[in-house]
Amino acid sequence: MDLRFTDEELAFRDEVREFFRTALPDSIRRKMIEGHHPSKDDLVTWSRILNTKGWAVPHWPVEWGGTGWSPVKQYIFRDELQQAPAPEPLAFGVSMVGPVIYTFGNEDQKRRFLPRIANLDDWWCQGFSEPGAGSDLASLKTTAKRDGEYYIVNGQKTWTTLAQHADWIFCLVRTDSTVKKQEGISFLLIDMKTSGITVRPIQTIDGGHEVNEVFFDDVRVPVENLVGQENKGWDYAKFLLGNERVGIARIGISKARLKRVRELASLERIGDVPLIDIPRFREKLAAVEVELKALEMTQLRVVAAESRREKGKPDPASSILKIKGSEIQQATTELLMEVVGPFAMPYHPEEEGRNEPTDGPDWASTAAPTYFNWRKISIYGGSNEIQKNIIAKAILGF
Amino acid sequence: MDFDLSEEQRLLKDSVDRLMADRYGFENRQRYAKEPEGWSRDLWSAYAELGLLALPFDEAHGGFGGGPVETMTIMEAFGRSLTLEPYLATVILGGGLLKQGGSEEQKATYLPQIASGDLRLAFGHTERQSRYDLFHVGTSAQRDGGSFILNGQKSVVLHGDSADKILVTARVAGSRRDRDGIGLFLVDANAPGVSRRGYPTQDGQRAAEVTLESVRVDSGNVIGNPEGALPVVEKVTDIAIAALAAEAIGAMDEMLKLTVDYLKTRKQFNTTIGSFQVLQHRSSEMFIALEQGRSMAMFAAMMAQEQNPEERRKAISAAKVQIGRSGRFVGQQAVQLHGGVGMTMEYKVGHLFKRVTMIDTLFGDADHHLSNLAEAGGLMAA
Repeated sequence: MDLRFTDEELAFRDEVREFFRTALPDSIRRKMIEGHHPSKDDLVTWSRILNTKGWAVPHWPVEWGGTGWSPVKQYIFRDELQQAPAPEPLAFGVSMVGPVIYTFGNEDQKRRFLPRIANLDDWWCQGFSEPGAGSDLASLKTTAKRDGEYYIVNGQKTWTTLAQHADWIFCLVRTDSTVKKQEGISFLLIDMKTSGITVRPIQTIDGGHEVNEVFFDDVRVPVENLVGQENKGWDYAKFLLGNERVGIARIGISKARLKRVRELASLERIGDVPLIDIPRFREKLAAVEVELKALEMTQLRVVAAESRREKGKPDPASSILKIKGSEIQQATTELLMEVVGPFAMPYHPEEEGRNEPTDGPDWASTAAPTYFNWRKISIYGGSNEIQKNIIAKAILGF
Repeated sequence: MDFDLSEEQRLLKDSVDRLMADRYGFENRQRYAKEPEGWSRDLWSAYAELGLLALPFDEAHGGFGGGPVETMTIMEAFGRSLTLEPYLATVILGGGLLKQGGSEEQKATYLPQIASGDLRLAFGHTERQSRYDLFHVGTSAQRDGGSFILNGQKSVVLHGDSADKILVTARVAGSRRDRDGIGLFLVDANAPGVSRRGYPTQDGQRAAEVTLESVRVDSGNVIGNPEGALPVVEKVTDIAIAALAAEAIGAMDEMLKLTVDYLKTRKQFNTTIGSFQVLQHRSSEMFIALEQGRSMAMFAAMMAQEQNPEERRKAISAAKVQIGRSGRFVGQQAVQLHGGVGMTMEYKVGHLFKRVTMIDTLFGDADHHLSNLAEAGGLMAA
């Protein structure tokens, strides 16, 4: 047992860190530090910088642009990227549909989609949840009926993140309603420009526009856009959701935010006393750091075990990463809001190109919206309650 | 990065696990507790035969050169079985202080005796008003020629009642809460002026109040610099905390196992109560607390060897915070989910709960260490 990084891993960390220090445009770094959402252009710019370097999709097979890094190196890369802090490559492409396509798709689909995902030429969004299918995802009702060389898709998806920018959507659709609900689902790739698709924004409690409803009204999808076999979509979805949980702890993001909390709490003063010198506050901060360190070690245990696990079978312990990772991220947003104190109050809707001064210190305006927005992370990707079901069944054997 | 045990470590784990399975069932454990010293002499001999008592010492002193990972392996097994023998007091604390602070002559004299099972030690540091501060030392050590005269009282000295010799901190210079001026002395338990009052502790182990009245300690029994022993004491207690973290993990792991087994067999409302989601979720939360604790026990084992004392102390504090919190949650819930059975003396789970509760109070509870960690600037520098 040796829990330290090897010299080679440390050298790799330095290389990655140096790259992020020099290659990440300052304007994007600034936005990330201050808690603003990177724009579509920011993400495209950054993804192409990564892709030029050959680091856009490190976890993919080498023939499709992967790096062949060990799980530990991939962890280091992600951790450094988050701490930079740099935007994460669009998960719907590189972490979700990409792996489904290279694992279950045909050669045409791989050639057609994978390079464009890696370069963010195509912006993907996820068509899973429906108004009546949240935690009980398999009860989804959006249908795809075969009509010659096409599927005709009808129904509604919801909570579709960043669909307003999307070129493509990957959807779970019902192709057989006569069998057990999990056995009549297919995985379909749909061009967002197809007629019959309507995207309607949903405003979230932070005032932002991230998620949408997507309506399908007799949308014609070529059968060549079916991934894998018809009615096997549920297996692919489980594979995708398992992958989603692995990266979901976002330890680097929490590290970066705790660093930010500590910096700002040194600047914020109560009278003449910096907030960071108030024992009650600094102990709260330290308590979150302890939880985060524990989670980092847990994540590394999962990473170290990854190479020995059967491919495509996620570790059920990754449910811990989802639960604790989301709780800790939420705790960091609470701390940040507490640092800001009364200046958490003023509300400035985030608008592109807005450059009026904020009321209060310039770091304050994003604190409360981030806190409100971050409540989502214990809900999405399989709510924390669903994760507890998974632990109970898959690990404890109930 | 490698979380696996080496071949040798695995063999060690197997042999300790086998010993525990053969000889440390819960009924045996309760019987050992009734022996005169509150633990089993036979098992102590068995530990010596297996080499467990020699584990952390250098080969030159009859040891095996084991590190924190080996210690973690043993302690986790001890935690699972709730062992009573003075392993922590003798090998980790007493032996550790001699190994880290003693002269070559002292090591050559005492460490082989520990390894063979012939010498039992204890470490007295707690005083009436010290709480968990190791630097708070009111016990005095006055120079008298080449020797020292010790006066004072040490409380809750783990296994101090059965120890042959007791290591105590005593102040040679400075005032009661100075970090400098503290010495470490090896006192014969039967020396004139030493009186001991032994008692059982809440978790079924033993401790003693030790009073020192004009106890003469000659220069050969001063461990290290008589005015600068604190760094060694802190280092060894940090190693002990790492060991206790592993013991707590063993106990928590056993509690979760017992609880899940119970939920799967206990029937109410015509079904096993483990079919209820509220109890499944509680079990999942126990599992998370356990695994977060296990991660920090591993972190503690790694950082117990850290050369930089500030970094080491922060890491150990962080681990103790997590272990304290995880232990409290897992322990309370284990009793809760067992219902009335969990409250009974005759069932193991309550004893495991009591042990992890007392581990929290050893060498600083979660609040103490959180406060220390926060004051030292936290785990992540800004």
